Amino acid sequence: MTAHVKMDAPDRRNRLDAMAQGVIGEPLDRSEGALKVSGKAVYAHEWPVEGLCHAVLVRAAISRGTVTRIDKAPVEAMDGVLAVIDDDRLLRNPAQGTANKAPVQGPRKIFYIGQPLAVVVAESFEQARHAAQQLVVETEAADAVLDPEAETLEHERPKGKQTSQGDLDQAMGAAAFSIDEVYRTPGHSSAPMEPHAAIASWDGDRLTVRASCQMLKYNRNELADALGIKPENVRILAPYVGGGFGSKLGIAHDAVAASIAARAVGRPVALALSRRQVFETTMRRSESRQRVRLAADAEGRLTGIGHAALVSQLPGEKFSEPVTQATHFLYAAKNREIVHEIVRLNLTCAGSVRAPGEAIGMTVLETAMDELAIKAGIDPVELRKRNIPETDPEGDKPFSSHMLASALDRGAKLFDWQRRNPVPRSTRDGEWLIGLGMSSAARVNMLAEAEAIVTLSAGGVRIESDMTDIGTGTYTVLAQVAAEMLGQPMQSVTTVLGDTDLPPGPGSGGSWGASSTGSAVFAACEDIRKCLAEKLGCVEEELTLKDGHAVTANRRVPLAELLADGPISVRGVIEPGKTSKEVRQSTFGAFFAEVAVNEVTAEVRVRRMLGVFAAGRILNAKTARSQCLGGMTFGIGMALTEELIHDPRTGAIVNRDFAEYHLPVNADVPQLEVDFLEERDPWASPIQAKGIGELGISGAAASINNAIFNACGVRVRDYPATLDKILAGL
Amino acid sequence: MRPFDYVRPSGLPEATRQARAEGSAFIAGGTNLLDLMKLEVMAPTRLVDINRLDLAECASLPIGGLRIGALVTNSDLAADERVRRDYPLLSRALLAGASGQLRNKATTGGNLLQRTRCYYFYDTSAPCNKREPGSGCSAIGGATRLHAILGASDHCIATHPSDMAVAMQALDAGVEIETVEGITRSVPLSDFYRLPGDTPHIETVLEPGDLITGVVLPAPVKATQIYRKVRDRASYAFALVSAAAVVAVENGTIGSAALAFGGVAPRPWRNHHAELMLAGERPSEKLFEAFADEVLGEARGQGGNDFKIPLLRRTIIATLKQATEESQ
Amino acid sequence: MQTDLTINGHTYALNADQRTTLLDALRQHLGLTGAKKGCDHGQCGACTVLVNGRRINSCLTLACMHDGDEIVTIEGIGSEEDLSALQQAFMSEDGFQCGYCTPGQICSATAMLEEVKAGWPSHVSDSLDGKPRLSDEEISERMSGNLCRCACYPNIVAAIRSASEASS
Repeated sequence: MTAHVKMDAPDRRNRLDAMAQGVIGEPLDRSEGALKVSGKAVYAHEWPVEGLCHAVLVRAAISRGTVTRIDKAPVEAMDGVLAVIDDDRLLRNPAQGTANKAPVQGPRKIFYIGQPLAVVVAESFEQARHAAQQLVVETEAADAVLDPEAETLEHERPKGKQTSQGDLDQAMGAAAFSIDEVYRTPGHSSAPMEPHAAIASWDGDRLTVRASCQMLKYNRNELADALGIKPENVRILAPYVGGGFGSKLGIAHDAVAASIAARAVGRPVALALSRRQVFETTMRRSESRQRVRLAADAEGRLTGIGHAALVSQLPGEKFSEPVTQATHFLYAAKNREIVHEIVRLNLTCAGSVRAPGEAIGMTVLETAMDELAIKAGIDPVELRKRNIPETDPEGDKPFSSHMLASALDRGAKLFDWQRRNPVPRSTRDGEWLIGLGMSSAARVNMLAEAEAIVTLSAGGVRIESDMTDIGTGTYTVLAQVAAEMLGQPMQSVTTVLGDTDLPPGPGSGGSWGASSTGSAVFAACEDIRKCLAEKLGCVEEELTLKDGHAVTANRRVPLAELLADGPISVRGVIEPGKTSKEVRQSTFGAFFAEVAVNEVTAEVRVRRMLGVFAAGRILNAKTARSQCLGGMTFGIGMALTEELIHDPRTGAIVNRDFAEYHLPVNADVPQLEVDFLEERDPWASPIQAKGIGELGISGAAASINNAIFNACGVRVRDYPATLDKILAGL
Repeated sequence: MRPFDYVRPSGLPEATRQARAEGSAFIAGGTNLLDLMKLEVMAPTRLVDINRLDLAECASLPIGGLRIGALVTNSDLAADERVRRDYPLLSRALLAGASGQLRNKATTGGNLLQRTRCYYFYDTSAPCNKREPGSGCSAIGGATRLHAILGASDHCIATHPSDMAVAMQALDAGVEIETVEGITRSVPLSDFYRLPGDTPHIETVLEPGDLITGVVLPAPVKATQIYRKVRDRASYAFALVSAAAVVAVENGTIGSAALAFGGVAPRPWRNHHAELMLAGERPSEKLFEAFADEVLGEARGQGGNDFKIPLLRRTIIATLKQATEESQ
Repeated sequence: MQTDLTINGHTYALNADQRTTLLDALRQHLGLTGAKKGCDHGQCGACTVLVNGRRINSCLTLACMHDGDEIVTIEGIGSEEDLSALQQAFMSEDGFQCGYCTPGQICSATAMLEEVKAGWPSHVSDSLDGKPRLSDEEISERMSGNLCRCACYPNIVAAIRSASEASS
């Protein structure tokens, strides 16, 4: 049986609210938690596989050129070495998210320093690592293009990514207050704690890969395409994924090289990227140069918005960081000019890192808004509220819901924003200057096609999908949807994920996983409820399911009794429809931060931070909050410490480790506060839920940077706000 | 990591003898050596494991002072009651370094010998005079945020990353060395490190086979001790700059002042000449500024680390201010 | 080369390349995959285990150096059916998301609480007098050797706080 729902109209029934089990939205512990805290959850590189051997990638040491010769023989003769492989199918870079086909392949042409050129296979990891270090790859170097702002570079301006409305120049000229500044953000690394890893084993023509992937439906096709085999012959298993943040959206070197190597040596092969390789050869978020122009009248109402972004990418890659994604709809202004430019560089491939677009675009726009607020002498919260559009400012589409004003008000109240002194350097605590800052949050909302099979039997519920849980809480929230709909205690629900043999989900990315797959589970559950109602001779709406019992009129029947003749199994399918086009869908929120800037050293510490978010129905208040904590902490990193530093002569990422690429550590993060606004968005999904995983980063860094200005009067327009940039102004 | 012979000597003579041969290296905590061996930045052919030698004691000296065995871990040293009481600066410096896990492994001797964090030293595909003498210095003209403003040369601009050694430098520590000949010699820490000059691969006065057996701290003096570390994140990061101060103020004038600085030079940096300016003077902002300017007289930035000059200047002034106020 | 390792009270005879780190010995040779490899260079803490009661980065030590030592990994801290108080607290406070850094966090926290009991000061202790009070700031500083990219730090602090309050 299949229950197919196409999202062509808003679903205002709020069916989950009519259920009786009482688990939806509750802050329940993670279903798989006990496995994770006891070290028993099995990640990609940990599967016990007989006869396993180990492979290590060899990197390019130049930024551009060709491989002229690989001296394999001495390495092949080394202890334990089984093969040295420079197969043409090795990837140049990982696939972009939802690519569904292989990325650029071939290890002969070098496009960036760190590109994998060969793979060495040996009996042990120690042998493979040493052998890989000994492999001599002769190359012929060519001139590399490394500086994104070099004046000689051609700027691509993809049609469809530019907007021009009215006359921005005229608006700037006539403005009572205006801002015209250039801002910069550096490259970032997703840096999931689990490095990309795979174990590949062949059984005849059938390939099984245990991998660390976010989007199995696509990854299977990408892997098959890369290897030149049929997708039906590929099975990927990824029940536990040690974080992704965009870096594991598309198939990567580990899975492809391990598969090629396993075929070559006739044995299962394990391959994990080293941390350096994760930095060098998976995706980076492009650096950006962003010019923002804001024109406002005397009351602070925007008359013009200009946002021109320059980002970089390898030659031949379609993706480019969609910096201005939220600028299109965040604030009203008649005159608008949005420009998106790309330069081609010989640097690590640019790809999705948590909230591609908004993470840096909102951050810069919201920094500029702070500058405008100060110039106009208007409270930053008030300035934003004055510019919230009634409808999508670029096409008059209505918003599916718009919670920005509520989030701003709620945040200002919770944070005691009124205590802020707008004059910089006016609050002090010993050596520390204290400041408050805020910013808006927004992230586009997406629904994706998803399938899940839900089976109700006398023993409980089973949910199956190839969907992943990368820390996002998928296991738990899918179980909550089913438990609520089918009246089951949580422990009666089993969720099986991360296996391409199961119905295809959309994967974890774009914040769409929970709402999409959750909707597929919901659709299946609704049909199951109909079956049960039929058995009881009532209509579905009159059926109450709770604690394993069905209740209708005056009857209370154990479900086991109704299922005596066998389980009910339904494949739920959700398909995006007209609601994705007819309305503008976004999640909204607001960030408030208090920072301390050391007057001697310019060190910055975040003292308090609050995020208020509206993301439709919250499926689990605990896991949703944790997602937001994660986003906000990414924001702290973006604001203060995270930056890929490239050698100016080679483009090499010089800080390609955790000692020098500064993720925030525990001591950098205070007790963050998260507050959710009650919301149901009927346009978003049949469960009225929206994405949550990326909202928490989308603009977050600006609240901190704005607080730095309020603390010490120094405006940093070049992220991150490391002490050297503040020191000069103190 | 290259294959190596692994030996575990039973005593000092055997240890130094086994380490004398070319390609040999002692391993104690291993927290830096194994890190570098995995990358083949260092590739010893023999590892001499000294962990079971009897060098893990801290002993009070009859004439005052403390002898710290080379194998005393950073954790134990930071928590040692005598250190906390008499040399709080050292506890503070140790606690400002690395992480709880690393401090549990890292040893006193090993900490003194930890290698620079220069990006290019760590990259075997880039020229580096320290790693491969004569190959060139990639840091000059490259990314230099971490690099030295004092004591560097045209051949190397790397910094020494230790916090502990900076504190020890201000405390006038001495390094106790056992030679292959079985002789124990003592070298003041201020003479222990060599500046890079044109031989940046030679970092200390140690000869092949020489083993650090301990560090001796002189008897404590009545003074205020401060360690201030400035870094890019709140914890678990190397110093951009750090300052260690041992300052005594008596009757309104500075009796003695010893200051050492980290993150700015190829070794823990101390300027005895400048310290002379402080002795006998009344503490004042002007005096601290003059001292800082004297320390930074020869300072030279490389572009990416130019900020360290004003940063160190401000840190010195604030540290002296705090130390003299607390010492009054 | 054979090394006898005592792990979680059991003796294992390890036959492995001398270059094998304690972490790789656990994960590749002994089937104890609870300790994780996040960076392999002592920069993330995911590999944290206890050796003779002390937390260390198992990636930065050779297995062959540990004969005779008492090693405890997450598998020895508490099983799924019998979780330690800290493991329970990580569950209830949601002190993890993807779970990859979690065994290291819990091993680290387990030993960290002992360090506090022993009176070890930290970088943020106001005094070195040996009576540290376990404030949130103290917990954060002492746990800063364990990175978490899902960024559960506030929840990790809450979990440790609640486990330590419950035990005292």
